[in-house]
Amino acid sequence: MLQQKTIQPEIDMITHQEDRLGGVFDAVKRDDTFPTAVHDALHQEDAVIEVNDFDLWYGAKRALYSVSLVVPRRKVTALIGPSGCGKSTLLRSVNRMNDLISTVRIKGDMVLNGDSIYDPGTDVIELRKRIGMVFQKPNPFPMSIRENVVYSLRIDGVRDRGVLEEVCEQSLRAVGLWDEVHDRLEDSALRLSGGQQQRLCIARAIAGEPEVMLLDEPCSALDPIATQRIEDLIHELQGRYSILMVTHNMQQASRASDYTAFMYLGRLVEFGPTEEIFLKPHLKETEDYVTGRFG
Amino acid sequence: MSSRRRVSSLFARGEPMVWLTGAALVVCLLMIAGLLTIVIYNGASTFWPKPLTQLTTHHGKTYLGEESQNEDYNPATAAVADWVPAKKRPAPEASVRRRMYRTGNYEVFNTHFTWLSDYEIAEEFEPRWGIVVERQEWGRFYGKPHAFHVDGKPVANEPAAVWARFEELHESVRARREAAGELNDNDLNDHENDARLERTSARLKDGADSDEWREADKVLQSVRKRAEEERIAIRRKTQAMQAENDRYELIVMMADGETKALKLADIVRAYLPNQLSLGEKWGVYLSRWGEFLSDNPREANSEGGVFPAIFGTIIMTLIMSILVVPFGVLAALYLREYAKQGTLVSIVRIAVNNLAGVPSIVFGVFGLGFFCYFVGVGIDDLLFPARVAENTPTFGKGGILWASLTLALLTLPVVIMATEEAISAVPHSMREGSYACGASKWQTIRKIVLPRAAPGIMTGMILAIARGAGEVAPLMLVGAVKLAPDLPMDGSFPFVHPERSFMHLGFHIYDLGFQSPNSKAAEPMVFTTTMLLIGIVVLLNLVALWVRARLRRQFEAG
Ligand SMILES: Nc1ncnc2c1ncn2[C@@H]1O[C@H](COP(=O)(O)OP(=O)(O)OP(=O)(O)O)[C@@H](O)[C@H]1O
Ligand SMILES: [Mg+2]
Repeated sequence: MLQQKTIQPEIDMITHQEDRLGGVFDAVKRDDTFPTAVHDALHQEDAVIEVNDFDLWYGAKRALYSVSLVVPRRKVTALIGPSGCGKSTLLRSVNRMNDLISTVRIKGDMVLNGDSIYDPGTDVIELRKRIGMVFQKPNPFPMSIRENVVYSLRIDGVRDRGVLEEVCEQSLRAVGLWDEVHDRLEDSALRLSGGQQQRLCIARAIAGEPEVMLLDEPCSALDPIATQRIEDLIHELQGRYSILMVTHNMQQASRASDYTAFMYLGRLVEFGPTEEIFLKPHLKETEDYVTGRFG
Repeated sequence: MSSRRRVSSLFARGEPMVWLTGAALVVCLLMIAGLLTIVIYNGASTFWPKPLTQLTTHHGKTYLGEESQNEDYNPATAAVADWVPAKKRPAPEASVRRRMYRTGNYEVFNTHFTWLSDYEIAEEFEPRWGIVVERQEWGRFYGKPHAFHVDGKPVANEPAAVWARFEELHESVRARREAAGELNDNDLNDHENDARLERTSARLKDGADSDEWREADKVLQSVRKRAEEERIAIRRKTQAMQAENDRYELIVMMADGETKALKLADIVRAYLPNQLSLGEKWGVYLSRWGEFLSDNPREANSEGGVFPAIFGTIIMTLIMSILVVPFGVLAALYLREYAKQGTLVSIVRIAVNNLAGVPSIVFGVFGLGFFCYFVGVGIDDLLFPARVAENTPTFGKGGILWASLTLALLTLPVVIMATEEAISAVPHSMREGSYACGASKWQTIRKIVLPRAAPGIMTGMILAIARGAGEVAPLMLVGAVKLAPDLPMDGSFPFVHPERSFMHLGFHIYDLGFQSPNSKAAEPMVFTTTMLLIGIVVLLNLVALWVRARLRRQFEAG
């Protein structure tokens, strides 16, 4: 098949270098699924999201291969893996942003706090209101800072000024932006710096009181100082919010997350406590990736 | 070798292209600047009072007038009159200058202008007491103040004394004339019309000779009787005022010594151009502008003001914008946001774009056929059956609403194209962010897409205004007229009259320049009116630009 051909050289190269493998490359070669190595610690966790045997195709191209994972409640879960392995695809499947792409086809289901996400009876708009999302590039709306923060309340028709004020202040305080912008809430959000914009986007997600937050490489468009601030922020949010976060940065994953999932070419390879994944992973492939030997 | 390499590297760097593109721009700018300079120079100088010159030919004939044009030409020897003295006669191949004088006094000379070649002129000077009289009718009169008559008897004979009398009395006489003009019978006519329409309705509803008809007829007769009495009263009053005004006459002596009595009431403005100080010249200039901007036209539109045309142009453009923008935006939204992008949508898009290339007169024909004769007649049949029965259509003819709709249709492609472009330029990431917050498609459009696209939509509106305000051809078919007595908005119920025909500056320019019986005299007015129209379009555009700049400021980073 077509996609097999395109990945062939890469696999050959790797197999020549290494011969103590857990079988991922084998599965890729056979265009088959791969059983995830799940660490025991995860079995004690309460799941906010459960992904069950989830497959996804962009047209004829398969992007996710029977992915199963649980996102633990009030913990930060990091998704790592080489570029193009399907991290964003998986993340965007959780709040069904992939519905916007007409060629996407899926199989399997996900569950958010007991409610099916892909059930035909699910209202996508109601679903998205329960999930907050922050994108790779800060995307503030063309309106004032205040209106940006309370956007999800506005679309729910909230008019009460007191409520709006309070939510606005709380959310901005939660992302440490209040002191910087409280005296210019009416200014256009587009005038903020990149790092401030990204924190504003996180505040916007928080204001909607989401049951889970999805962060897709929230720091990759920012300079090191702004990145540091966002990482500190994620650290602060730890324990209060359930967060699923894509990152390219190993340090970031090891510093800011409780659990780490390693993805490779559409398969979820290994999933466990961050410490274990980085220090004593079960699979050789994971070790190679986290120590920077490939990827 | 090295020089060859340098030449080719010059081309490679695109140096010639810089010159070529620059030259193209310069040519465009020169043409635009040239056109604007001609329009503005002529338009702005029209109202400036020119000196009055008296010329005497070798023949002994005298002329008095304002120079309005001059040129060099080569007269055929045979055309040179016999009485030109031999040493003044131009050599056969020589080119000589001739000047065109506005000599006025139309009822005497049967022309407004006279050409005089330099070699014909024996004497030329600017008489101190030359007077320019602008009249209600017949155009300007040139001469010298000769006498001032009250009740047919002279009360002043010296120019200075005559002029003093004139200045003393003119204003009050004009005021009286204006007051008499306001004592019109329009209201009476309206009442009578209403009563007659009532009777026609009764006939249509209950038949002729029914009780209702008889009742309505009785009402009509009594209204008529009362109106007749009131009319007589009004006539008596106006006649008294007129009789008072008719007592005063200014006697002006023309260059040839003949005199002519001018009724004071018919004089709009008179001045002594050769005695004016600079300040007084400005006074005449500004007073003419004031009249131009605020008065009704007279003398087949070639004199007086253009206020109804200004009003009609602005109102029509505004109605057009109000109609075309929401329509175009909704259509563009459907095309971009809701329709499934495919062959059909592409065909629709191409069709819309090509609509912009359809000759505007075709839109006029369509507007006449569809809006006036189909929609308008339908409305008339439904709402005003009595007027239809009397053969006086209300909506079933050209009117400002139909004209605005026609132009809205004409400018629709511009707005749709600009809006589509603006919508598609809204970053995808913003929409995604909105959807991720749980917004519906419509909420995303309303709160994110439209505000963000607003400056682009304003650009479309600016283009539509520029296209629509200058359009003339379709308007001739759907409601623009040479002279509209009533404005489309006034103090009479229901205050807004979308069915009324209207005056339009563009049509006014066409009418002045090409339809006027005296287009030479109207020529300066063509320039002034053109300048005014350009000014109004620029003004409307500036407002739109200002709004757009304000909208844009919100989206600017930094
Ligand atoms: N809209 C799309 N249409 C078709 N293929 C797509 C689309 N989006 C992503 N893909 C493909 O799906 C695969 C997974 O993409 P995805 O964006 O999820 O990768 P990723 O892990 O997020 O990569 P990165 O780290 O570079 O962001 C890639 O091979 C990509 O080419
Ligand atoms: Mg990605």
